[in-house]
Amino acid sequence: MNKVLMKGNEAMAEGAIRAGCRYYFGYPITPQNEVPAYFAKRMPEVGGVFVQAESETASINMVYGAAAAGARVMTTTSSPGYSLMQEGVSYLAGSRLPCVLANVQRGGPGLGNIAASQADYFQATKGGGHGDYHLIVLAPASAQEMMDFTMLAFELSDTYRVPALILSDGIVGQMVEPVELRDFVEKIPEKPWALTGARGRKPNVIRSLWLDDEGVPLNNEWLQTTYETIRQKEVRWETFMAEDAEYLVVAYGSTSRTAKSAILLARQEGIKVGLIRPITLWPFPYQILSSLSLQVKGILVCEMSAGQMVEDVALAVDNTPLYFAGELGGRMFTDIKIQDKIHQMVNGGLQQWQPR
Amino acid sequence: MATKIIFDKPKSMKDVPMHYCPGCGHGVVHRLICEAIDELNLREKAIGVAPVGCAVLAYDYWDFDVSEAAHGRAAAVATGIKRVWPDRLVISYQGDGDLASIGMGETIHTANRGENITVIFINNANYGMTGGQMAPTTLVGQKTPTTPMGREPSSTGFPIKMAELIASFPAVRYSVRTTVADFKGVVQTKMAIKKAFELQMKGEGYTFVEILSNCNTNWEMSPVDANRFILETMVQTFPLGTFKDERYV
Repeated sequence: MNKVLMKGNEAMAEGAIRAGCRYYFGYPITPQNEVPAYFAKRMPEVGGVFVQAESETASINMVYGAAAAGARVMTTTSSPGYSLMQEGVSYLAGSRLPCVLANVQRGGPGLGNIAASQADYFQATKGGGHGDYHLIVLAPASAQEMMDFTMLAFELSDTYRVPALILSDGIVGQMVEPVELRDFVEKIPEKPWALTGARGRKPNVIRSLWLDDEGVPLNNEWLQTTYETIRQKEVRWETFMAEDAEYLVVAYGSTSRTAKSAILLARQEGIKVGLIRPITLWPFPYQILSSLSLQVKGILVCEMSAGQMVEDVALAVDNTPLYFAGELGGRMFTDIKIQDKIHQMVNGGLQQWQPR
Repeated sequence: MATKIIFDKPKSMKDVPMHYCPGCGHGVVHRLICEAIDELNLREKAIGVAPVGCAVLAYDYWDFDVSEAAHGRAAAVATGIKRVWPDRLVISYQGDGDLASIGMGETIHTANRGENITVIFINNANYGMTGGQMAPTTLVGQKTPTTPMGREPSSTGFPIKMAELIASFPAVRYSVRTTVADFKGVVQTKMAIKKAFELQMKGEGYTFVEILSNCNTNWEMSPVDANRFILETMVQTFPLGTFKDERYV
């Protein structure tokens, strides 16, 4: 086993390189600064290109250019920077350009703070930019997954011509863990649509604008058909002690790690509680949640937000009582706190979550 | 009797009607770009970036690879393309709102990096596509829908002189201002574009061609009067000439 100790952010960058990404454009923002620093050092070693852009707006549009040129390309940022990129993200989606983005979330809104948060869930999964589009959204919970999901994100993005987003947070980005280095990807898919110079073929055009009656509706139909295929094929989740569970916790990213600790504590007390952890936040694992909800007496959603993913859980769950625990503004959960919320759920001391 | 063709459509140009207003400079500059590409035999190496504005549909006329870009972001998109394909001819084609207002950050930093691309800047002193509103290059006193009493420097500042500004960056290789308002200007513009492309293909760095071009529809002038306005009035604010033609050491 070829394991090395890495920060989550570094593992993400190395994963990109191992996936064949040779172009990185980024702008410094905490808590993801290890990523551009890693690429700045590593890209020259592998014959790649690192550019420190003048802004996140420029970064995302450099990504647009490199993706249009057919390359595997990445940018990373944190919440305020990701907001600034939303125009470009919409254009990438509309122009069907594969690329990998990462938001190592921090507390918001506004400048917020530099602690971990999960308050950009809506922005990541429900749009962010203008128009009817989705990104493939993967939520890593460890340094290993920062590497693995980044590599997966490149594969999925190229397969579907849909941009992929790593929705991480300051804890996962900053944690140092042993990481098993994956093999380098040798073969990157052909991209006959890319801009390479029209040698021996008709010109290629990368666009999201059509001024006739048909173009934009047709582009949207293509996008929606693609999204439906992704919904059918690419939903990913993890269950933990869910088989015999009478209660469920739903959590993603770093919060799912804390939730596992809480579940182990509760299990020692004889409470049969398990976890569902969405790995793809879009497409969301509605079906598994729906079927597991039938076997349990209560579902507790834990997020470092005021309640965002809980709305998706509510869409999947019919009659099972649904509860929510949130941490606001960059505060993180402790296992004791989640254990306490589990107690309250079991004892009837917690108010059910209601659509607001 | 044998016929001899002495004037033809450039090979890099599609044989389709243009949507531009009669007399507009865009069509002329499109053609000059294609002529230069043909003469340098670069059609299969050319990758264009179209702006947001009247020229967004440039790919309907250019017979080579083209990408759209969000408003103002063409230089960043061109940077991404060029970094992937350093041996291709990458052309960013932008108007004044795109390049000098919303995209000023991208414009300046792309120039400051000395990115090895060519930026073709159409300066027509207004936002042509959205109805002729004030641009950063609108002349003092010029009436537009958003400066109905004429551009007033006390609240809107002065026209930005891009070719001079770009020339101030050490990594810039070539910065010129020409016009397509008369025949002499068209010839000079063609020479400037061709030179910029040649410099780029030699890897010499960032090249910038600002072209004074009329927007006769929004200026509410005939094309002839609009071109006369460029030659008599607009050049007083935007002098023609070469502002930089040297490689930094």
